[in-house]
Amino acid sequence: MRLPKTGRTKTKTPATGQAATAFINAHLIDPESGLEEPGGLVVENGLIADLGGHLRRNAPEGAKVVDCSGHVLAPGLIDMIVFAGEPGYEHRETVATASRAAAAGGVTTIICTPQTQPVIDDVALVDFIERLARDTAVVHVHPMAAITKGLAGEEMTEIGLLKGAGAVAFSDGKRSIANAQVMRRALSYAKDFGALTVHHTEDPLLVNGGVMNEGEVSSRLGLPGVPSAAETIMLERDIRLVELTGGRYHAAQISCRASLEVIRQAKAQGLPVTCGVSINHLTLNENDVGSYRTFFKIRPPLRREEDRLAMVEGLVAGDIDVIVSAHDPKDADVKRRPFAEASDGAIGLETLLPAALRLYHNQDIGLPQLLAAMTCRPAKLLGLPSGLLQIGAPADLILIDLTTPWVVDPDKLHSKSKNTPFDESRLEGLVLRTIVAGETVYTYAEA
Amino acid sequence: MSIAAAPSEFNYSHRHLLGIESLTPAEIDGLLDLANDAADFNRQANRKRDVLRGLTQINLFFEASTRTQSSFELAGKRLGADVMNMPVQSSSIKKGETLIDTAMTLNAMNPDILVVRHHAAGAVELLAQKVDCSVINAGDGGHEHPTQALLDALTIRRNKGRIAGLIVAISGDIMHSRVARSNIILLNALGAQVRIIAPSTLMPPFAERLGAEVFHSMADGLKDADIVMMLRLQRERMSGSYVPSEREYFHFFGLDQDKLKAAKPDALIMHPGPMNRGVEIDSAVADLERSVISEQVEMGVAVRMAVLEALARRIIKP
Repeated sequence: MRLPKTGRTKTKTPATGQAATAFINAHLIDPESGLEEPGGLVVENGLIADLGGHLRRNAPEGAKVVDCSGHVLAPGLIDMIVFAGEPGYEHRETVATASRAAAAGGVTTIICTPQTQPVIDDVALVDFIERLARDTAVVHVHPMAAITKGLAGEEMTEIGLLKGAGAVAFSDGKRSIANAQVMRRALSYAKDFGALTVHHTEDPLLVNGGVMNEGEVSSRLGLPGVPSAAETIMLERDIRLVELTGGRYHAAQISCRASLEVIRQAKAQGLPVTCGVSINHLTLNENDVGSYRTFFKIRPPLRREEDRLAMVEGLVAGDIDVIVSAHDPKDADVKRRPFAEASDGAIGLETLLPAALRLYHNQDIGLPQLLAAMTCRPAKLLGLPSGLLQIGAPADLILIDLTTPWVVDPDKLHSKSKNTPFDESRLEGLVLRTIVAGETVYTYAEA
Repeated sequence: MSIAAAPSEFNYSHRHLLGIESLTPAEIDGLLDLANDAADFNRQANRKRDVLRGLTQINLFFEASTRTQSSFELAGKRLGADVMNMPVQSSSIKKGETLIDTAMTLNAMNPDILVVRHHAAGAVELLAQKVDCSVINAGDGGHEHPTQALLDALTIRRNKGRIAGLIVAISGDIMHSRVARSNIILLNALGAQVRIIAPSTLMPPFAERLGAEVFHSMADGLKDADIVMMLRLQRERMSGSYVPSEREYFHFFGLDQDKLKAAKPDALIMHPGPMNRGVEIDSAVADLERSVISEQVEMGVAVRMAVLEALARRIIKP
């Protein structure tokens, strides 16, 4: 399928002709190639001009030098599921505030989801987000457009024109498309354009007002539960539809072992299926809900510890492709309510990497592999040129201090909303510097 | 003047014309030759013949049609038949009579030729099994529309001098199109190279097994085509069910000057009608000199005369 050329895939275009910057004395990690070595990296005109062991101590003449003190220099993170508030929910988040939170969390590209008001289901809305991104954001921002008009699950959107305008993927946000015929046609139609369908998999009739994982904890708390089968059934249906249509499919967030098995089977069959997991489902479980703590109310709900372990196992095995923050800012008004009545969602842009480093510190997973799920893998799925520490790649970089411990103080977070499940948590490791298209957009000292 | 001077030895061996599927290439050629003469005959001043004199032709259209029905009516009248249009809308059929009962009722009136269009695939064949007369399929659901394929072939042959070896690209709602199915069969039988172009949602499953090369992009599908055949897309399929919108459909699949550049410079533009200008075809393109859309209508009458005559020869023969 030929798409109209708009030339708007990049939102941050660096000024050319600037002096080179050399990052020396760094621990280089390129998750794509598996490269991990002490060295340096040179940025010129917004791109990575050179890197390697030969630059560890020596910067090219005339270059501005940044000493990385042996810290990790890696590609900036790409976060596939971010609700950025605009248009319509500016009291919760704006593209500008989300981008500052992203920069502070080492996220250099955010993909914003379409459940805005109005919904991003029209070319004009895609243009609007791109304009906002260009004018107000400090990191790259790309919109995902809706699969169905108004997220109503009935009529597909102008997938071809939306992709041409710059939508990097298609999703109905936190809504599942219950009508299998609609999903079939959307997958089939999207295939002609090579468009990626990102689907939230929860059978709405099985969710049926459930507010947390269905299990012993929900029974004790007297809360209506969401069985993990609600997710797995929808996922299995989708896989059959992928088999039928051949459309590229990405399960936005899986949360339980049974879903992991479904993904494994689909991949073994050679289907164009990938999946993501939220940082919450990798590091938290249903017990964290404790005494009705609404900051732990998310969708899909936090599951049992054994499901969390399955998520980690799936990540290590490579069956889970992508880690997302599932950043979903909610103001206090909708969170400080009885659990069942509180809104779901958790912010996560700023804690994504430090929380993920828990898995590294636990020795569950190696650093390049962990970073791959937040850099080169989402980049490949979305067709972005970034996520690489390679010559010629965009200089979207982060400098990571792996070991400094810190306690999350919601008041110091950049997001407009403070609904973090890592509230007061001790985390280990933080982002020292974030570089987007060669420009430093965040340094820890400033924070 | 006889309209069948040259191919007088052509003998149509079937009682009905239910689909292209059941015809041999020789039979298709024979019908086209006969139709070609009829087309010349139709351009004369005196257009009345009597090969169907004494025969009764009933047009039974369960699905609304303007051009096909009037074309059959005109064809029958030019050949001297007694033509009756069965009014389906105000008849007992609307009152719940089954197809088979309708067939039996009509059969009792002893017609010679029934021309039938029905919205259900296979319905015309079912009816044909129950009557003693000849039946012509004027379109059954998404199955076949043999006279349309024949008139398309005649139009191509008269303009290009041949069918074998031509690249024919058919674009539009292939999934629901009986025109596409009949054309694919006929054009293959006569040695053309057939391509079909549509978004996946409008492409029948296993389309590649139908005898056509499958494309989802106009630029690729129209490349070097000799014939560009556009199909109509029903509006109710363009609001998000099969296709997101008219705007998007036209952008990617509507035939405009730009997309047409991929085809050969002398490529013919065809459309079975009725057209949605600005949806599947740009208005200016529909009116280009190499657009033969009106000629298709003209050939429609000729082809139907040829079919009627071929069937009549068999009826009249002792």
